[in-house]
Amino acid sequence: MRIRPHKGLQIDGFTLGDCLHTGGFATIWDATHALYRTPLVMKVPTILDGYDGPTIVGFEVEQMIMPRLTGPHVPRVYAEGDFATMPYIVTERLPGDSLLKLFKSAPLPIEEVVALAVKMATALHELHKQHVIHLDLKPANLMMRETGEIVFVDFGLSRHDHLPDLLAEEFRIPMGTYPYIAPEQYLRSRDDLRSDIFALGAMIYELATGKQPFGEPMNLRGVRKRLWRDPVPPRALKFRFPDWLQEVILRALEVDPKDRYQSAAQMLFDLQHPAQVKITPRGEKLQQDGKGEVFRRWRRMRRVKSFGPPPANALAQMDNAPILMVAVDLSPEMEALALRLLQAVRRIRATQSDARVACVNVIKTARIGIDQTTDDAGVNLHVSRLVALKSWAAQLDLSEEQVTVAILEGPDPAAEIIGYAVNNQVDHILMGARGSSSTRRFLGSVSSQVVAEAPCSVTVVRIPSYASALDLPAAADNARDRADA
Amino acid sequence: MARYALLTDIHANREAFEAVLADLAGRGITRIVILGDIVGYGPDPGWCVDRAKALAGEGAVIVQGNHDAAIAQIDNSMNAIARTAIEWTCGQLDAAQGAFLEGLPLSVAEDDLIFVHASADCPKDWIYVTSERSAWPSFAATKARAIFCGHVHVPAIYSCDLSSRVQSQRITAGMPVPLIRSRRWLAVVGAVGQPRDGVPEAAYAILDTAKNEVTFRRVPYDKAATSAKVRAAGLPETLALRLLRGS
Repeated sequence: MRIRPHKGLQIDGFTLGDCLHTGGFATIWDATHALYRTPLVMKVPTILDGYDGPTIVGFEVEQMIMPRLTGPHVPRVYAEGDFATMPYIVTERLPGDSLLKLFKSAPLPIEEVVALAVKMATALHELHKQHVIHLDLKPANLMMRETGEIVFVDFGLSRHDHLPDLLAEEFRIPMGTYPYIAPEQYLRSRDDLRSDIFALGAMIYELATGKQPFGEPMNLRGVRKRLWRDPVPPRALKFRFPDWLQEVILRALEVDPKDRYQSAAQMLFDLQHPAQVKITPRGEKLQQDGKGEVFRRWRRMRRVKSFGPPPANALAQMDNAPILMVAVDLSPEMEALALRLLQAVRRIRATQSDARVACVNVIKTARIGIDQTTDDAGVNLHVSRLVALKSWAAQLDLSEEQVTVAILEGPDPAAEIIGYAVNNQVDHILMGARGSSSTRRFLGSVSSQVVAEAPCSVTVVRIPSYASALDLPAAADNARDRADA
Repeated sequence: MARYALLTDIHANREAFEAVLADLAGRGITRIVILGDIVGYGPDPGWCVDRAKALAGEGAVIVQGNHDAAIAQIDNSMNAIARTAIEWTCGQLDAAQGAFLEGLPLSVAEDDLIFVHASADCPKDWIYVTSERSAWPSFAATKARAIFCGHVHVPAIYSCDLSSRVQSQRITAGMPVPLIRSRRWLAVVGAVGQPRDGVPEAAYAILDTAKNEVTFRRVPYDKAATSAKVRAAGLPETLALRLLRGS
C-alpha cells in the first residue's frame, strides 16, 4: 500500500474529512466528492506492513459482494479503490452510530423488541434473497435509516452463493463474533443462511433480556459449549416474558440448523402473528435443561464434525421454505372452487414440505360510511368467517405451526390481498377465479388485479369449463334462492 | 471497455460452434477470441476453419492450438486417437486452410490480458493447466492481470493474490465471477466442441472489462447430429461417445 489515509487526502476525486471510526481492521472517514451531494464515508482497511492476509481477503470479499447488493437494507456503494494505490470502499453515510448503544440499554420493553425484531428479520430476508449470507451479524454491524429500515454493514465475512468464497481457505479457525456465532459456523460451515437466523435469535434474546444467550466467551472452547448447553430461557430472566416470543427466540437458537426457522421470512411471519405461534415445551420452559440431558447432548455432540449439509444454495433453501398465501372465497357458490384450491395447496406442499401456509379471506367493506359487520342473526361476520376459514384450513391436515388463518377487511379486496403479501414476504399466492363472464371482463376481477400487481408468483385456480357448466344450474339456483330470501 | 466472447477447443464441431455463435450474437459482444484447436477430433474441420477465418476478417483474435499446429507438423506426443483424427483431418483441409492454421500466433496480448491455448509460460509445450500448481508458471511468466487459455476442456478459474499464492475458485455456470483487482486471474475456458467435465453442452466464456467480470456459459447443441457425423466419417467411436457423454 503506497498511500495511507489522513484528513485532507485527495484520491480519485474524493476528499477525506474527519476519521469517524477506528476499528481493528479498518478506519472509516468522512468523505466528499464534487459530483455527489449525499454524505459519504470511505472505509479503508488497516493493512499492516508486509502481508496481512485476513484483512486483505476480508476487504476483497467486501469489494466483491457490496457492489452487487441493492435495496434499503445495505449501504449504497459509490466507488472502490485499487490495492495498488489505496484500497477503499466509498458508501453513503448512514445517520448515527451502530445499534450497539441501543443493545447496551437492553432489556427493552417487549413491544420495542418485537418491532425491532420485525425490522431485522425483514432486512435479513431481503439480504438472503440477494444470495448473500452475512455470517457476522451483531449489534455493531447493524445501523438504522431515518426511515426506520435496518441496514447491514461490514460484509467482510459474508458469502455470496454465486461467487467464489475467497475466505474458505484463508482461515483454519472459525470466523465470526463469539457471542453470536452459530454452532455450524464453529464447525467451519460457511454456506448456511440459517447461521444468520441463529445470530438474529441471539440478538433478539439480548434485546429482550439484556443478556447474551451464550455469554461472552473469550476463546473457542467457550464457543463450543453452545453445541450442547442451552441458553437460560428468557422467561427465567424476566417476569411475564411472553411464551410465544421465547418460542421464536429459542427456535432460532436451536443447535441443529434444521430445527431452526428455515428462512428469515418464516421467522418474520411468527414475529408478526404472535397469537398464531404454536407453543412447544421450548416456549414454556422456565429453566435450563437438567444436567443429565446436557450430559447426554454433550456425549452426542462432542464428536459431531458437521450437521447435515444445507440445501444446495441459498435460493434453493428459501425455495423449500416459502410462505404460501391462499386467498379463499367461502361463499356457497364457490364451494367447488374452494375444494380445488385445497387440492392445489396439497400438491404444492407435497414438493415443498417446509412451506408455511397462510390462509386469508377478505371481507369487502363499503368505501364510505360505517359498515354493517354484524348480520341480522347477530353473528359477527368477522368471527363467523374466521370459523369457516379455520374449518377449511383444517382439511389441509397441517400442524399448527405450518398454517395460519387471517380475515382481511377493506373496500378493495385485491389491494388487501396484495398488502398482506407484501407485509409478510409471501412467495406465492394461490387464489380462485370465478368464471369468465363479460361483466368481469369489463369491470375487472380481483384475481386479475392481484396477478397484475402482486410482488410474487400468483397461481389462479379455475374450475374447468365442463365442470362449471354442470355446476352452473345449481349455482344459479342458489343465487336465485338468496335473491328471493 | 469491451465484452469479449472467449471460445476454445472447437475441434471441428460445426453444430457446437454455430450454437455458441448464435448464443453470443445477442449479448453485446465487441470482440471474439478463439483460444485454439479449431480442428481435430470432429467431423467438420473445413467448415470450422473457414468460419474462424471469416471471424478473423471481422476482427476476431485467434491463437494456435496443438491440433492446429499438428496439421503442418505431426506432433509425436499426441495419443493414438488424436493422431488418427489429425491424419483424417489433414485429408479434409485444402492448402489455404492449412496455411491459415499454420500462420496463427501462439499467444496474443491485449491491454492487460493474455490469450493463449495452453500454459502461458511456454505455449509451445502445450502444458495443461489443471491445478493450482500447474497454474502457477503462467502467473510467474507474465505480468498480465488476466490470462485466458483452453486446452483442458474443463472450465476452471485460478486467482493469484498479493502474496503470489494461487487458489482455484469455484465457478457456477451462467454466474459472473468478479476479477477483483487485488489479484491476478487465470481462466481456463471450457471446450466448445468437446466438453470433458461431464456436461455435454458447448462451453464458452464472456469477459466484460467494464464490469470486470467473467461468466462461464453453457449452450446446448445437437450433439447427436455431430456424433452421427463422427461415425459416418469413420473416426474412432470413442470420439462420438465422448460428445454424447461430455466426458
